Formats: sequence, structure tokens, C-alpha cells
Amino acid sequence: MTAPTATLRSSAVRSKRRGMNPRRNRVGMAVALVLAALAVLLPFFWMISLAFTPEKDAFRSVSLVPANPTLENFGTAFIDANLLHALYNSAIVALVAVIANCIIPVLAGYAFAMMPFPGSTAMFFGLVATSAIPVSVTLIPLFLMAKGIPLAGGNDIFGHGGSGLLDTLGGIMLPYLVAPMNIFLARQYFSTAPAELAEAARIDGAGELRIFFRVYLPLARPLIAVVAIFAFTAVWDDFLWPLVVTSSTEMQTVQLALARFLASGNVQYAPLMAASVIVTIPVLLVFLFNQRSFISGLSDGSVKG
Amino acid sequence: MTATATSPGVAAAAAPGTIQGARPPRAGKPKRRWTRTSIWGLLFTLPAALYVLIFHVIPVIYGFVLSFTKYSPLSRSGPEPIGLKNYTTLLSDPDFGNALLVTGRYVLQVLPITVIIALALALLVNRPFRGVGLFRSALYIPHIVSLTAVSMIWLWMYSHNGLINDVFAFFGLPDQSWLLNKGAALNAASAMRIWKALGSNMVLLLAGLQSIPKELYEATRVDGANRWQSFLYVTIPGIRPMLVYVVAMDIIYLAQGFAEIFVLTQGGPLGSTTTVNYLIYTQAFQYNQFGSASAMAFVLFAFIVGFSLLSIRGLMGRQK
Repeated sequence: MTAPTATLRSSAVRSKRRGMNPRRNRVGMAVALVLAALAVLLPFFWMISLAFTPEKDAFRSVSLVPANPTLENFGTAFIDANLLHALYNSAIVALVAVIANCIIPVLAGYAFAMMPFPGSTAMFFGLVATSAIPVSVTLIPLFLMAKGIPLAGGNDIFGHGGSGLLDTLGGIMLPYLVAPMNIFLARQYFSTAPAELAEAARIDGAGELRIFFRVYLPLARPLIAVVAIFAFTAVWDDFLWPLVVTSSTEMQTVQLALARFLASGNVQYAPLMAASVIVTIPVLLVFLFNQRSFISGLSDGSVKG
Repeated sequence: MTATATSPGVAAAAAPGTIQGARPPRAGKPKRRWTRTSIWGLLFTLPAALYVLIFHVIPVIYGFVLSFTKYSPLSRSGPEPIGLKNYTTLLSDPDFGNALLVTGRYVLQVLPITVIIALALALLVNRPFRGVGLFRSALYIPHIVSLTAVSMIWLWMYSHNGLINDVFAFFGLPDQSWLLNKGAALNAASAMRIWKALGSNMVLLLAGLQSIPKELYEATRVDGANRWQSFLYVTIPGIRPMLVYVVAMDIIYLAQGFAEIFVLTQGGPLGSTTTVNYLIYTQAFQYNQFGSASAMAFVLFAFIVGFSLLSIRGLMGRQK
């Protein structure tokens, strides 16, 4: 038998390797990690630095720590890009999208997990599969549908004659209300929830809606956190749909407000970076306060499948 | 429009389950019957189902119909059926051909690099040590900041007085107009996208790594395998489903590049960065050609589906 000798030899090799390598390895890895993190974050350091650099200095080489820090760029950003209005628009749309996503797809996912019916599995996969449809495929039809919503924006009952929901907050929020992926996340979450609670509640005569809202939804806090964060960032970070559906500056979302800096041939980088900082802060805060659910939500949905 | 479109990692959560075949709820009771509870179940799914039908499924059908018509939203008359003409025109349209090539090149030069670096980073942060969470979060940040905002940062970094030229000057190299140079612009956009995609890929691959049972590594070590062998024979097969998912999602999102192109180059110089999505946008919303823009969207759709399936086959195939 050669196996024992092989094992012996390898364990000898291993212990030798253990003796010399780990420390050097660990230092090497720490250095690699720090370098990687710095390289990845470097553009953000420069963004922040430039945001506090006076516009007149921004054309020279900028140092990582501004020589004469100033807040003037933030003032310019708020006035020139009408940033306050954009923040308001994005916040309203995000709020509606978050509430809708925390109820509609979560309720569906709950039903798929806890109250299956004939054909529910096929229906579930059909719904989730739609999350892979490219944006460009639905962009034009959605634009025409927003324009043709009956009785909105001067439209008649057949959706003709007016501009419908184009250039309104209602039009902007249209595609974000239910992300099919959230149905998936909700089903994953509730498929590990105890069914006994529902059975007990049913025996007590509680209605199904009541069971969902009073028993299971309060248990689903981590799920709700993930769904809310996803819905928020989806709205806050989107660019193409608001670009297409809005036309006036009053209806601009935050990302469109940033793009306004590009309209003039000569881009004012310092105020643009100040605006970028402001627009980024809400997403960053949401992320930092929910890091755990954010990252584990991503991996939970994917590996525990 | 899927609301998830802008953030790959966000949508990321959905699919691996579907790839691996999500376990049916309640371990698939053999026969489901209509009971009071299951009727309520159907009712609970209806709001979501109706929404998805109206805002995801019908638009696809509507768009497909539009792709066989000539339609300007400015004209009084509705879409005018013209059969396959939009598609046959696309065959000989040099702009569209160019956009397909640009999109393909973009995907191919971002995807392998970002996945390899992301895997290296995932291996680095896949061990418990103090502050590992900090590193994971730091590396993830580019992913959560909007594509528009990060493109603005890179627009400045690539500008005449930007960071990249400063670095070049430091090494005594001449200034470059990165985004105005036909040969460099797409590479510049790709570099940004590699950086942007690292975080979500890393987090997903990390989840893949953590799903590998520790005993497997123990066993290979007992068998005398070195690090490289255990990486090759344990790590890679272990993360394969996740790897397939990451690659497929990256293809789907990269092939739809738009916001970064809009900000960095507006498709220029000389169309060298005009991706299909950017072309669709200009065709539809600047030239009001909804019919031919829809046809382009479906050709892109077909390419995305084709390449995703191809990469899934390629990566899963070797598993036998």
C-alpha cells in the first residue's frame, strides 16, 4: 500500500510549508488587499477632492488634499443643475417604488412559497424569467405605453390626443413598481419560514391577508431590507428610462441632473464632482447602514437556490 | 424596462437559483389541488403577475410587432406594416454592423479581465480576518454608485488635466486625448467598466467559494495536492455554477452598455464607441425611427441570448 506513505510524505511537506509560508503569505495578501482597495477607491477620493477644489484650480493638476478647500462648488451644483428639484423627483419616485416592491412582489413570493396552487411553479418561473429581458427591447413600447395611458395628460379614453404620462413623475415610476427578481427573493425567503404559524392562525380564524401582514411580513425584515434597498438603488441609479420619458428640466431625476453638466461644451468638473458627491451620498448611506443585508441578500438569493 | 437594468449585482440575486434549478417550495407536494388556501395563493400572485404581464411581457410582444413596421411617433398615422424590411435593411447597414462589432468587442475585452480580477479578489477576502468586511465593502462600492456618476469621475480622469495624464506625465510620457482618440476611446470605456464590475462579480464569486465544503480541501491536501491543484480541482468546479451565472449576467449587462457611452463619448469618435444600445437610442429618440430601432433591439436580444447560452454551454460543458 502506497497510500499511507504518500499521506505521511505530504503531511511532512505540509508541516514544512506551514512552518515558513503562512506569515509571509499573510503579509503578502494584506498588502495585495490594501493595494486593491486603494486602487478601487482612488477615483472616489479624487471625486471628493475635486468637489472641494475651487473651480479655477481644477484646471491645474489637482492634489488629493485640496490646497484651498471650498464649498462653492456645492452651491454652483445646486443652482446650475437645479439639484434640489432633481433630488425631490428621485426621492418621490424611489419612495413609491420601494413601497410597491415591498408589498406586491413580496406578497406573490409568499404565495408561491406558502400557498402553492396548480400551475404555480410554472407561473413563478415565467415571472422570474422576465427579469432577463434587455432594457432596449421594452424601452420603445414602454415609452409608447406611457404616452398612451388613457385619460392622463390630455389623453382621451383610448389614450389618444395628449402626452399621457410622458414627462410626469407617474411616467418615471411606471417600470419600477414590481421588479420580478423580488418575487424570486421573496419565495426563497418564505420557503424556509415555518408553515405552522399560518396553520395555527387559520385555525384561529384569521384571514389570509391578515396572516400575511400580521404574522409573516413582520418576520421578513431582512427580506424587506434587501427588497427596499434594491428598489431604491434601481430608481436612484437609472439613467436611460428617465432620459427617454422626461423632457423638461422640472422632471429631471438626479442622474439626468448630472448629465446636464455635459450639455455645455466646456464641462465644469469641480461643480460636476460636487453634484456627483451629493447624488452618491444617499445610495452610499443606504449601503453602509445595511451592508450585511445588502451583500448577504445578494449571495443568499443566488446560492441557496 | 426591467427596473434592475442599471445594477448588475442587484439583478444578480435572481438567476443562479434558476440555473441550478430552484428547489420547489415545500419540497414539491406531489399533487396540488384547488383549496381555499390555494385560491388565496393565486389571488396573492395576481397583482404582481398582472404588472409583469403589462409592463414586461406585453412590451416585448408590442416591440416585436413594431419591428415589422415603419413608425414615427411624430406622424399622425399609426405604425405602417412593412414586413421584414427593417431586418433586411439592417443586414446591409454599416452603422448597425459597426455597432454590433463595437458591442462585441466591448463585452469581450471587459468580461475576462473583470472576472479574473474579481476571482482573485474573492480568493483574497475569502478568509476570516479582522476587517475583512471592510475590504469587501470597499471593493463593492463602485458597484452601488450609479454608472452615470462613476462615468463622470472617469470623464474627468480621462480629461486633458485628469489623473491618467498626470500619471503619464509622472513617467515622462506624452499627454493623450483618451476619449477623442478613435483607437483609445473604447478601451478607455472598457477600463472603467472593468473597474465598475469588479465588486458585484467579487461578491457573487465569494458566495460561490463559501459554498464549497471545507472537507474537500482537507481531502485533497491529504491526497498530497498542492495549492494550484486544489484550486484547479476543487475551487474551480466548486464555483462553476456561480461562474456561469456571473459570466452570463455580465454578458447581458455589458451588451447593453449605454449610460457610460452617453457620458464619456456620446458614441464617438467616428462611431468607434457606438454600442447597439446607443444606436437604438439615437435611432428611436433622435431620428424617430421606432420601427427600425425595435428591429435593432431584437437582433441585440438574439445576440445576447445566443452568447449567454454559448458561454453557459462552454463553461458547463467540461463538467460532462
